[in-house]
Amino acid sequence: MKSAFSTVLSFCRKTLVIVELEIRKMRHDPTELIMRAVQPVLWLLLFGEVFAQTRAIPTGNIGYLDFLAPGILAQSVLFIAIFGGMSVIWERDLGIIHKFLASPTPRGALALGKAMSGGARALTQAVVVYILALLIGVKMNWNPLALLGVIVMVVLAATLFSAFSLIIAFLVRTRERFMGIGQVLTMPFFFASNAIYPIAIMPPWLQVVSRGNPLTYEVDALRALMLKNGTSVYGLGMDFAVLFLCTTILIIICTYLYPRAAT
Amino acid sequence: MKIIETNALTRRFGDLIACNNLTIAVEQGEIFGLLGPNGAGKTTVIKMLTTLLPPTSGNASVAGYDIVHHASDVRRVIGYVPQLLSADGTLTGYENLLIFAKLYDIPHRERKQRIHEVLSFMDLEDESNRLVRNYSGGMIRRLEIAQSMLNRPRVLFLDEPTIGLDPLARRAVGDLITDLRDNYGATIFMTTHLMEEADLLCDRVAIMHLGKVAALGSPAELKSAIGKEGTTLEDVFVHFAGSKLESEGDYRDYRETQRTRRTARRLG
Ligand SMILES: Nc1ncnc2c1ncn2[C@@H]1O[C@H](COP(=O)(O)OP(=O)(O)OP(=O)(O)O)[C@@H](O)[C@H]1O
Ligand SMILES: [Mg+2]
Repeated sequence: MKSAFSTVLSFCRKTLVIVELEIRKMRHDPTELIMRAVQPVLWLLLFGEVFAQTRAIPTGNIGYLDFLAPGILAQSVLFIAIFGGMSVIWERDLGIIHKFLASPTPRGALALGKAMSGGARALTQAVVVYILALLIGVKMNWNPLALLGVIVMVVLAATLFSAFSLIIAFLVRTRERFMGIGQVLTMPFFFASNAIYPIAIMPPWLQVVSRGNPLTYEVDALRALMLKNGTSVYGLGMDFAVLFLCTTILIIICTYLYPRAAT
Repeated sequence: MKIIETNALTRRFGDLIACNNLTIAVEQGEIFGLLGPNGAGKTTVIKMLTTLLPPTSGNASVAGYDIVHHASDVRRVIGYVPQLLSADGTLTGYENLLIFAKLYDIPHRERKQRIHEVLSFMDLEDESNRLVRNYSGGMIRRLEIAQSMLNRPRVLFLDEPTIGLDPLARRAVGDLITDLRDNYGATIFMTTHLMEEADLLCDRVAIMHLGKVAALGSPAELKSAIGKEGTTLEDVFVHFAGSKLESEGDYRDYRETQRTRRTARRLG
């Protein structure tokens, strides 16, 4: 009988092997990451600068660019994660997934590893957003603990949205349908959140939707951690708890759906 | 000792019975060939035995482990080469092997040596640091076989291992299969559409047709059962599987072909 401890240890090790696999792929072909970095540049430099001039959006004690930077980081995390499911459709069509499922790798480790590798890709976007934010003069918080908090939040959120994306991929099963649905889903996540404007200026029904959107809590935490004068509306404990809970639920669903990809 | 046993193993897809009451046993150290026309249910059988597809009814065991209730034990002792070319094109050959060595819990200090051993066995050492995307089909197949033997499996499932290979590469893979059995004591469960190959390699073959075993025995036995002088295994195949062939070749085959084409395009 194996001890529970060695089971957990083995689970974690296998999860990290899957993450390692994705990082190795990323190193061989970083084109996607570079392409994805274009989007935050456009949002911060064009959209951000224009809205900062108009002063139309009430952002409290911080400037609009400061307010926007964490929102754009959250947005890049969302976008890079949400298309991660595409790769399992590929792998299913090519039969790659079958070999993993026929190996002694726990299904949960396959699901979690795949989702967490979205975290690795998301961190590259975080670097881009940090550099941009510095260039446009956002007042950043360089406290090491706060930076660590940002890293954890980015990985957690990327895992969450990657898991969501994997679930969609397992359900729709074809690339064409996935592309369509991926586009349709990212927009509501993004706009029904506090990423580019505070929730307070939304109509009441949209405020309700936004309060149920995990992206809102991600942005809330990033605002508190990234910015020099940042504050959290809901409290960091609440933000991390919401993200953690959603991620756990989605990973469990993913683990259940994963083996069906081979049938 | 019987290393694979199936007992009334059945799999349905809706109304279609892809594998119908299959009861076979494979001896340890045997090279067993599963033959049959497209859509006969060969891949379905392999997917069930490798724990990828749950049976609708019946049961089976591999190396003494039940494929449903002890699936993770089965996975530890088998190797599997799927029908499609499925090495990861975005990694190097070495990385493909490294990842699986880790997933199969091969101890750190043995890993490098084990990888080099299978690479040299498959004659791929010089190519191991190139991206698999730039390999030829035959090289990918050899890499996949290398990967499937990393954990020194007791049973190796090969779904059309020589598909798309030139005659030389095919012969090399054939030699390898025999080698694996002779040097590692592995049992081989394989499918193929090449009757000469089955005749040459397999100790016993089963000819599947419409989800059922139509004939089972050593190639020599099956040939002599037909009775005529100079009968080939191909004649046996046609005899048992030749009828109602036109009812096959359905949508699924079309999809598989599409996939294989796509793979070929992507990899080649
Ligand atoms: N996932 C699936 N859903 C529906 N039908 C399926 C599925 N997989 C297989 N089938 C059907 O089961 C039958 C057996 O298919 P299988 O792939 O096992 O055949 P095969 O003997 O491996 O054929 P080939 O020589 O072409 O590889 C076919 O009629 C196929 O259409
Ligand atoms: Mg097949």
